[in-house]
Amino acid sequence: MSGRVFAMLRPVAAPVSAEGGFRAALFTPTALVFACIAFASLVVAGEAWAQLRAAGPKPGLLETLWKWTPLLLIGPPREFGGFALNIAVSFLAMAIGTAFGVVLGLGQISIHAPVRRVCWLVTQFFRNSPWLVLLFFVMLLIPFQIRIGGTAIPLPAWLKATFGLSLPVMANVSEIVRGAVNSIPSGQWESAESLAFGRLQTLWRIILPQCVKRMIPPWMNWYAILTMSTPLISIVGVNDAMTLAQDALAAEQRSELLMPMYAMLLLFFFVYCYPIARWTIRLERRYAVKI
Amino acid sequence: MSTWTPEQPIVAIADVHKSFGKVDVLKGVSMDVRKGEVVCIIGPSGSGKSTLLRCVNALVPIDRGSIRVEGQEVHDPAVDKLELRKKVGMVFQQYNLFPHKTALENIMMAPVMVLKRPKAEVEAQARQLMRKVRLDGKEDAYPGELSGGQQQRVAIARSLAMQPDVMLFDEVTAALDPETVKEVLVTIRELAEDGMTCMIVTHEMGFAREIGDEIYFTDRGVIVEHGPPATFFTEARDPRTRAFLSQIL
Repeated sequence: MSGRVFAMLRPVAAPVSAEGGFRAALFTPTALVFACIAFASLVVAGEAWAQLRAAGPKPGLLETLWKWTPLLLIGPPREFGGFALNIAVSFLAMAIGTAFGVVLGLGQISIHAPVRRVCWLVTQFFRNSPWLVLLFFVMLLIPFQIRIGGTAIPLPAWLKATFGLSLPVMANVSEIVRGAVNSIPSGQWESAESLAFGRLQTLWRIILPQCVKRMIPPWMNWYAILTMSTPLISIVGVNDAMTLAQDALAAEQRSELLMPMYAMLLLFFFVYCYPIARWTIRLERRYAVKI
Repeated sequence: MSTWTPEQPIVAIADVHKSFGKVDVLKGVSMDVRKGEVVCIIGPSGSGKSTLLRCVNALVPIDRGSIRVEGQEVHDPAVDKLELRKKVGMVFQQYNLFPHKTALENIMMAPVMVLKRPKAEVEAQARQLMRKVRLDGKEDAYPGELSGGQQQRVAIARSLAMQPDVMLFDEVTAALDPETVKEVLVTIRELAEDGMTCMIVTHEMGFAREIGDEIYFTDRGVIVEHGPPATFFTEARDPRTRAFLSQIL
């Protein structure tokens, strides 16, 4: 739907020039952002240099940041954590959220009114709940281990947190599916039915295949939002990049390190999420033209 | 189910009523269509022509009355609507081709997936149908790459692939450019000459006159009058019919 509106608002350009425009658009803001980062690095480096000259024995800021970088990226030795854990959680939460979200979204367009209403309610509830509160709720709701037969399967905190994050994703994927199915002209249903396709067959063979392209850009958008929300899990005691950054700061006890450390963390997320955002816009443009 | 014989009407519509909310769209419509007959339904917009066609293949449920196709009551809840639709093909004003499939795939989908016929056999038939609607060479084109008239001919071929006994045409040329209208009408005429039973809702009076065995004029949910084209267009009795024809012709 949004893709179509997008297409209407923009003058339709020839594919080649749109591609060129994309490159130009990519170049300008990217260059700007990287210029900012370079400038910030210079400032930090300058400060580090000043530190080095003033304090003498204390290692410089850059050196200290560099020292903590492996920990922030992949966690403590022989333990899974850091930014890699954020990414792993984002993958898993997205997979769970997408699987349940598709079911819920299809439930929202069911011909059975009770199914439709329940799925609508669940979707609206999780779509309009604060993520952090959901996270706490799920942490308390799910036990630390489950027993199947005689064996106890432990449920680590990060897994519970992943499930917590997957709930709002589920609700938003549900809306993406519902919106995409409803955006297919009713004539497609009519012509499929007049060719003796059943309802399920129409949905699977004719409607959903046309929806996939429309769903990918908003789905990717929610993936980026989810990834940027993963530091929330640091609050419930998981060794993600945010937790480890705070641990490192606590160990260093240097106030001048606070901003550079968080800036580095922001940079990790930016480097990961920005290309996804650009790719999403690119796909949105490509799919918007063809209806 | 069937005591129906080909001598009886293949489509028997009796006193059909249909309303959408407070709007009465059909107010007691009756008509019989014999096998091999071509019936053209004309009338002003909003007179219920399209709704009537949609009732015949059960896309729209009726409130009262009876529609029988080959003796079988369409709106009997026990009737398998999908079985019925295998016998009744329909072509729409907006073509409604499946945009993610090529022309050939559009034609092949229903026979393969619904009728479960062998793919190779269906493909051979689909290629033959493409030739029949004069689109051979366009088998691998997607609907978006075809003109309106070409898309509509693919849509006709797609319906024919189900080997229906009756074809319904719902203002199939209304969305077309004037220059492509003719190619679609030629296709329908050839179909009619092959003996296909057709119910055609159209605004093309010249076409209706040329191809129709019986012309029905509908206005505000009722059939005002009907007759063979030779007399219908020249000796219309009802003032509403005459007023409509004088505007159109």
